[in-house]
Amino acid sequence: MHLLIVEDDRDTREFVANGLKQAGHSVDVADNGRDGLLLASTVEFDLIVLDRMLPEVDGLTVVRTLRASDNHVPVLILSALGEVDQRVEGLRAGGDDYLAKPFAFSELEARVDALIRRHVPDAPTTTLTLADLQMDLIARHVKRGERLIELQPREFRLLEYLMRHAGQVVTRTMLLEHVWDYHFDPQTNVIDVHVSRLRAKIDKGFERQLLHTVRGAGYRLAVA
Amino acid sequence: MSKRLSALVRTNTFQLTLSYSLLFGISLSLLTLFFYWSTIGVLERETDATLKSEITGLAEQYIEHGLDRLVNVIAHRIRSDGSGDMLYLFASRDNRPLAGNLRTWPDVQADADGWVEFVHERAGGIALPARGRVYRLRDGLRLLVARNTSQILQLKHIFNRAMLIALGLTLVLAAVGGVFMSSRVLNRIAAFTTTTAEIIDGRLDRRLQTRGSGDEFDVLAQHLNEMLERLESLVGAVRHVSDNIAHDLRTPLTRLRNRIELAAREAPEGLKHELEAGVTEADELLATFSALLRIARIESGSYAASLERIAMPVLIDDAVELYQGIAQDKDLVLVSDCDPGVSVTGDRNLLFQAVANVLDNAIKFAPHSSAIAVNAHVRGDQLRLEICDAGPGIPSSEHKRVTQRFARLDSSRSLPGSGLGLSLVEAVVGLHGGSLDFADNAPGLKVRLSLPLAI
Repeated sequence: MHLLIVEDDRDTREFVANGLKQAGHSVDVADNGRDGLLLASTVEFDLIVLDRMLPEVDGLTVVRTLRASDNHVPVLILSALGEVDQRVEGLRAGGDDYLAKPFAFSELEARVDALIRRHVPDAPTTTLTLADLQMDLIARHVKRGERLIELQPREFRLLEYLMRHAGQVVTRTMLLEHVWDYHFDPQTNVIDVHVSRLRAKIDKGFERQLLHTVRGAGYRLAVA
Repeated sequence: MSKRLSALVRTNTFQLTLSYSLLFGISLSLLTLFFYWSTIGVLERETDATLKSEITGLAEQYIEHGLDRLVNVIAHRIRSDGSGDMLYLFASRDNRPLAGNLRTWPDVQADADGWVEFVHERAGGIALPARGRVYRLRDGLRLLVARNTSQILQLKHIFNRAMLIALGLTLVLAAVGGVFMSSRVLNRIAAFTTTTAEIIDGRLDRRLQTRGSGDEFDVLAQHLNEMLERLESLVGAVRHVSDNIAHDLRTPLTRLRNRIELAAREAPEGLKHELEAGVTEADELLATFSALLRIARIESGSYAASLERIAMPVLIDDAVELYQGIAQDKDLVLVSDCDPGVSVTGDRNLLFQAVANVLDNAIKFAPHSSAIAVNAHVRGDQLRLEICDAGPGIPSSEHKRVTQRFARLDSSRSLPGSGLGLSLVEAVVGLHGGSLDFADNAPGLKVRLSLPLAI
């Protein structure tokens, strides 16, 4: 995938660029808002990682300008202003996701993957499938092989999110934001308990495990 | 009523006014006495002196020249008294008048000195007061010389009335003036008290008002304000130091964390585990830093809370559902009871964070196989959200301390936690205009969040 990183701090820019290159993306960089905006409006990118506080033109203005010119490239805003209130401001300006600095690289990587995948336009799905795991979104049925699996409403949403991001690493924060719809810092790993319960329901008794724990990062629903 | 009265009596305003009025009253009474002595007193003493010399003179006439001469002298005196104020009566033993312009002997006993006061009837039936002196002559003869005192009495009457009115007026004015003067003083003290109460409540930015008049109160206020200025800057410095440490250490710590994480990806299996444990610990440190910074932002008022109407039963159910899993892992029964349809105006994510922090504590401290109750009921214009556990509780002497940053009870030092959970809860509740308090759940702890209901 072709990514653009707009970030004025050299250390962060290189760290992010190197990490994303290692993950197999091709990366362009800009160190100020004006250059970033110019690149973004002339080259077609799959995703822009945009710092919020930039020289020349600030990040939020860059997003607003892109959106105003009907450019819907996914934008991940990075910012040292990381509180929930400031996050809401960033998303209102047109950002697709918002990550507070300082951030763990695995968190950035997971969010980049999620945004790139989300941007692939897909027809409205009624069923999600991964190997022999099937999810009927209309009838709200989940089947593994021939076995019908009973899920609580929240477990259903959790599995749906994981299946929509199958193959990707999904962080705990992403799960909290999208499945529970609250942006907060749990003091204990409450999410882990929910995930392990879900795992017990979909993986127990099956030879092939689908729900994997990615240490230090989060979870991944995948065939291998 | 009597309680309010005694409270009024105790106030300085009342006591100052009372002493002020008393002082005025005493001064005026002394002044009045002096006026009386130097005006009406003079007239009375003059009257007495006149009567005394007159009667002595007449008595001498009788002793030296006999009865006929006295009768003549009296007749002469009556004729030459233009005012007609002088009264004379010379009477025999059987009260028969021998000379004088009084027809009958007054029916009043004279005092030891021979003074007598009586009412005599003038021609035309007008009764007039008089004061006189009786002198006993030989053979039971008696001589009375008196003077009409109606004018003095009238003067006395006018004087008394004027003085009574003056005294009353003075007391009223003194009371009004006293209230005015003392309330001026006490109002400033009351303003000081209000401000200092706010400062005690933690609003260190409040200052005492000065009037610019340079009076004693202004000087006192200025001194106290300088003291507060210094106090605030010291407190602020301490807070800034910790916030800055948190802020400045976050970036290098993140870099360290990310280096370890990247190293862990390439590391051989044995080392990988250690490196990943390092990442986890760095994440915990980062979480502590961001909690510290979040509390600082909320408390300093720079957090732009996105206020909306929040259905509390939904929020509480979500929190209970989220924590149900780890509660069940400890065999805990987590139940909630919430008044339906209750809403609060607030920041959804912050309120969820507050409820989650308290629930997290409750689960951490509750003994195995016990119950945790979450109750949310309307009390007046507040939502009272109580989270009750059966854990070791918090001694009441520690209630104030547990919301301080990094405060941990000795009994909980071995358990995981940053010591910031309740500080954050208090900051969030404060931001919403509510209050946080603790009670004994006998056994265990009852944490109560009181939040104003949405209007």
